[in-house]
Amino acid sequence: MNTTVATGTEGKTWGGGNKPLTASYGKMMMWFFIVSDALTFSGFLAAYGFSRFKFIDSWPIADEVFTHFPFLHGVEAPMYYVAFMTFVLIMSSVTMVLAVDAGHHMNKAKVTIYMFLTVIGGIIFVGSQAWEWNTFIKGEFGAVQTKGGNILQFVDAEGHRVAVADFAKVETGTRTQHESKNGLWFVDEGALPAYTMDEINNGLAAHPEVLVRTQIINEAGKKTVLSREESLKQLKENGRLFVQGANLHVNEYGSPLFADFFFFITGFHGFHVLSGVIINIIIFFNVILGTYERRKSYEMVEKVGLYWHFVDLVWVFVFTFFYLV
Amino acid sequence: MLRCVGIVVPNKMVIPAKTGILIKIILKKMAHEHKLEIFRGLWKFKSNTAKIWGVLAFLTFITIIEVALGIVKPESLMGMFLGMKILNWIFIILTIVKAYYITWDFMHMRDEVKALRRMVVWTAIFLILYLIFILLQEGGYIETVYSSGFVKRDF
Repeated sequence: MNTTVATGTEGKTWGGGNKPLTASYGKMMMWFFIVSDALTFSGFLAAYGFSRFKFIDSWPIADEVFTHFPFLHGVEAPMYYVAFMTFVLIMSSVTMVLAVDAGHHMNKAKVTIYMFLTVIGGIIFVGSQAWEWNTFIKGEFGAVQTKGGNILQFVDAEGHRVAVADFAKVETGTRTQHESKNGLWFVDEGALPAYTMDEINNGLAAHPEVLVRTQIINEAGKKTVLSREESLKQLKENGRLFVQGANLHVNEYGSPLFADFFFFITGFHGFHVLSGVIINIIIFFNVILGTYERRKSYEMVEKVGLYWHFVDLVWVFVFTFFYLV
Repeated sequence: MLRCVGIVVPNKMVIPAKTGILIKIILKKMAHEHKLEIFRGLWKFKSNTAKIWGVLAFLTFITIIEVALGIVKPESLMGMFLGMKILNWIFIILTIVKAYYITWDFMHMRDEVKALRRMVVWTAIFLILYLIFILLQEGGYIETVYSSGFVKRDF
């Protein structure tokens, strides 16, 4: 009772009874998940490109934003820290691929060590990213946002940034925080800015060496610095709010969109790293417990390895588009 | 070897010749064979582990070049080419080179069959290029609307 029909394609790659892609179901599905996730990230990065092209003449210059290095306060170190982060992630990719290789040789001890190192690398990376966020949110110099939502920064004659705290004339007791118990009960007021516009205006007038720098990029690729008269005029006429650091509404370094995309894209990537670390930890314990030894295959390590490398791959692009280009 | 890909063949079972060949092909492809050369055979490695360290060295080298260029920003690379600074083109090309070696050697795309490779890579590349083209074109257009004076932004 043989019901098989000869089709003449037996023995060919796609003739059936074969695995044409020579990959297991799980691995293939991990690849297809990676394709779809890559498209999600490209969507975000392309949207970033869109906004950047839209504001090409006023986009923040990354070198001036990410200049900090842990334990080196006040030292200008553009990019060194993020280069370090990139290296950590590539290094943890290497330990991951070494774990996969050890798995092919059914070497449990080596897989354990390499998985452990991969997890450590991932934790260092997520920690670094948290530090980077913290520095960006806190800000350093402070700036003034104008009525039109542009940013005015302050520089000295040599073009170095000047902190608002260094020249603003502080007056006391001019403005009380509105609370529902001392005013309208149904209205809330967010935290008051550290300096009022009057304090900054008076401070600028009293410090002849301080100039205003707008966010417009000139032909030399630098931000435009206004003359002394223009500085005073611009700040007085258009200055509206003191901002320090960055959040989803304001950004002392320039366009708030820059901060929005930074938080969203590095946040989404950081979330991927975090879930990668958690999955790696689960696999690490499975390795220790001998699950894959009993299964006689370490393919699971290979699958999470694919995910982990993908996270590294995305970071390479985020690094380029946020910090280099 | 047979166990490692999950095909268990009882000792006395007779396997038809054709199936036997197929199993052999599957085994050969799934037995974690690695291609051990990069740069089109210019750099050959003795083992897979050696290749991993070699690729790491190469990726680190590229990252160092990128960071150095990003800090120095040589004047000679500030010229424009196809609407973007030459330096930025260099960064993007170096990034794609890095992405290639991460995918091909760390993710073992080099060892996968052509069909799987193309399914993953060509699909992604095509869709991403399409998306980038549309969004950047639109962003550039809106920028011209702003800059040609119809919208006042500097206040």
